Amino acid sequence: MMKETTVPANTEKTAPDTREETRTLTPPVDIFETENGLVVVADLPGVEKDQIDVNVEKNVLTLKATAKHLLDKDLARQEYQLLPFFRQFQLSDAVDQSKISAEMKYGVLTIHLPKVAEQQPRKIDVQVAQ
Amino acid sequence: MTTFFWEPLQGLEAIRREMDQLLQQYDTPRGRIARSAFLPGVSARTYPLTNISEDKDNVYVEALAPGLNPETIEVTVLRDQLRIAGEKTAINPDIKAEAFHRSERGAGRFTRVIALPTEVDGDKVKAEYKNGLLLLTLPKHAEAKPKQIAVKVS
Repeated sequence: MMKETTVPANTEKTAPDTREETRTLTPPVDIFETENGLVVVADLPGVEKDQIDVNVEKNVLTLKATAKHLLDKDLARQEYQLLPFFRQFQLSDAVDQSKISAEMKYGVLTIHLPKVAEQQPRKIDVQVAQ
Repeated sequence: MTTFFWEPLQGLEAIRREMDQLLQQYDTPRGRIARSAFLPGVSARTYPLTNISEDKDNVYVEALAPGLNPETIEVTVLRDQLRIAGEKTAINPDIKAEAFHRSERGAGRFTRVIALPTEVDGDKVKAEYKNGLLLLTLPKHAEAKPKQIAVKVS
């Protein structure tokens, strides 16, 4: 099972020197299991492909992204504000770091997290004794 | 003499609208962005969220709508009424419900009607869909543009 961490897990070895924007948005996500791993789908509107930072460390999946408005003029009416996106999940199964892949389409990020080979289900042939 | 018809449902509709507006005031921007878009009630009618800006010639509308199928986006304009409709694509329907750990994104069809600050020229509207944001550039109708009045010094 997946657990969302409430307190940001400390995965960075050194504290960042500069103060980062502390207000963040929590992107809505879909998470589902497939035969060989997990798939995380997150809505990240206004995020360019190179503004995404996904990493898994000590079984914690960290998702960070910076969003930019297309409209940056003085607003007459504002219903939302784009802030940096941030979300973390605690993973239970070991993830094969080298095989993590992600793709971005229309502001939706899909992350594939394959399980390490030993944890994938193995099919066992049942021999029927004659 | 004018005849009045008593329409109880119309009255209820007005009350509901007022309640929705009241509730909206207490929504934090953070809560609204993460809230599932396709729940009935307030959120269904305010999806997608929009930011509006205007200058001398144009009205600009930016809508927060990730994951739409671009072919389903329909933008129509009538005078100062803007209507945005479309469909948020559902992820692969082959995935069994029990395989899901979380399902927060929602999917489905939506329609939102927005009142623009001025009348716009429906023929010259430009729409761009990028990174899950929809940007509309709506040129103001000639009659709605401000007119410069020369002041003569006598």
